[in-house]
Amino acid sequence: MSHYEAPIREPLITGNKSFHDITNDVAAPVEGKANKLWWIAFLIALTAFLYGLGAIMYTIGTGIGVWGLNNKINWAWDITNFVWWVGIGHAGTLISAVLLLFRQKWRMGINRSAEAMTIFAVFQAGLFPIIHMGRVWNAFYVLPLPNALGNLWVNFNSPLLWDVFAISTYLSVSIVFWYTGLLPDFAMLRDRAVKPFQKKIYSLLSFGWSGRLKDWQRFEEVSLVLAGLATPLVLSVHTIVSMDFATSIMPGWHSTIFPPYFVAGAIFSGFAMVQTLLIIMRKVSNLEAYITNIHIENMNKVILLTGGIVSVAYITEFFIGWYSGSSYEDYTYLSVGAATGPYWWAFWALITCNFIIPQSLWFKKLRTSYMWSFFISIVINIGMWFERFDIIVIDLSRGHLPSTWAMFSPTYVDIAVFIGTIGFFFVLFLLYSRTFPVIAQAELKSILKSSGENYKKLREENHES
Amino acid sequence: MSHKVIQALFDDDDVLLSAVKDLRDADYHIDEVFTPFPVHGLEKAVGIPNTRIAITSFIYGVIGLSFAVWMMNYMMIQDWPMNIGGKPNFTFAENMPSFVPIMFELTVFFAAHLMVITFYMRSKLWPFKEAENPDVRTTDDHFMVEVFTKDDSSDLETLLKKSGAKEIKTKA
Repeated sequence: MSHYEAPIREPLITGNKSFHDITNDVAAPVEGKANKLWWIAFLIALTAFLYGLGAIMYTIGTGIGVWGLNNKINWAWDITNFVWWVGIGHAGTLISAVLLLFRQKWRMGINRSAEAMTIFAVFQAGLFPIIHMGRVWNAFYVLPLPNALGNLWVNFNSPLLWDVFAISTYLSVSIVFWYTGLLPDFAMLRDRAVKPFQKKIYSLLSFGWSGRLKDWQRFEEVSLVLAGLATPLVLSVHTIVSMDFATSIMPGWHSTIFPPYFVAGAIFSGFAMVQTLLIIMRKVSNLEAYITNIHIENMNKVILLTGGIVSVAYITEFFIGWYSGSSYEDYTYLSVGAATGPYWWAFWALITCNFIIPQSLWFKKLRTSYMWSFFISIVINIGMWFERFDIIVIDLSRGHLPSTWAMFSPTYVDIAVFIGTIGFFFVLFLLYSRTFPVIAQAELKSILKSSGENYKKLREENHES
Repeated sequence: MSHKVIQALFDDDDVLLSAVKDLRDADYHIDEVFTPFPVHGLEKAVGIPNTRIAITSFIYGVIGLSFAVWMMNYMMIQDWPMNIGGKPNFTFAENMPSFVPIMFELTVFFAAHLMVITFYMRSKLWPFKEAENPDVRTTDDHFMVEVFTKDDSSDLETLLKKSGAKEIKTKA
């Protein structure tokens, strides 16, 4: 047995499962045929993706003038969506890295899918700054290469460049972390594949993993060190994203609270997206025994905590905006001016979705309900989108000069690009859920004896503690 | 004298662990163990040394940090100094605070990727590499212990049977 677990703790694997059952259950969605529901979901996502792809091509072909941006509000939907997607990405690393360092065994049922979600979300995020450049064929200008103008280097003083390094490091390290964890599970699929084609593919993907003792020893060390590296990395990524705003001198952006507050918000929205995906997936892929009530409840507790941090930040910003007595501070995204001005609906959408409704998670009954958790996860996803919209659009809509005051309205292209990234995200996730082992089965097997329901019962009957 | 490999299959990690201890007590050298998941304490029981891969990661991290310092010093201070927002850039030390984020990112980048590449090389994992586990069940729910032996193996087989091995195969 790998570790001792108090009998009072709820089991992480329910039902009467053996090692072989775990193998079967994880391999079932990969080996079986997709049902009708999967195809319907896939086709909807694909349509949305293609629609968005068309909008992206139109934007690139014509120029970003097709968006609703204007002279004053020159960042809007695109950067909102960028920050939203990066934030969503944070939960995967948090679950796989931070919870590994804290030795939270419940992460094992959900870390694979959460990391997949991270990678797919960061793909979407990366699209926006690149499209926003307008001339995407010059995107390589952000790399420290001697460029067409001679040896004019990139500006290392700029948080936008820090972003380039942070996001690309984060994406590549997440992929490597995820893939290394996948090797033993691909090997499991390879060794039980019947169809020759499947065997070939999984044997290629598994890199010839054989499960030697020395390999496992290195595997565990590598996972631990990667978790140790990914933890400060994930904090740095959203810190740097927040510096895109915080290092400017815009009222509402120029705020020292931004880095920790952005990180908390990112975890908040990321866990919400994990909930959205996993509550559906546990049903569709028959993984109810591995993604249980306790997983959902634990994630809701993280949501409650990070939601609390975010709410405290809102109140602080609101109070300081008022207390400063500065008229410029009275139209930052959290201020009396915002609450009563033309963007009152965006302000109240933020407060309702991120502050008021998540408080219901204090009640155990609601926290452990799948329906309510699903509902709340959608609400938080919307709320966090509005948070970024508010930060960007409300703050930009009122500058120091009244002549620069403006309103923003998105064009259909703005909306189509956003819908397209949601479609792309779900296309990737749906393909993943049918071809990848969606649960880290090797890791899960190592806690079966300590945390499985049947083993716990057995120990209780034998009066062992 | 011919070499033989005794392969013993187990179906429980705790039985495997105690069997390995029995073998070690009887002074047998365990050459390989294949398991479907990491069995904690097994490396100590078999007696293999600790892995040094974390040390390599530290070294790679130091290389990454040095590279970042060299790169930004060359580009921003020496090759083409630029006045950006009036930030002092006569020396590296003056401009250093705004280099910290990228110094950190490159440290992580080098430490993570080079360590994983080292792991793949040392454990011989790459695309198109053939798997070498002798029994496909060892990625599912079985555990295999391999002992190389030269002489008569009947004692070893009896010991393995007694320790709970489900199957014993001999390969020449």
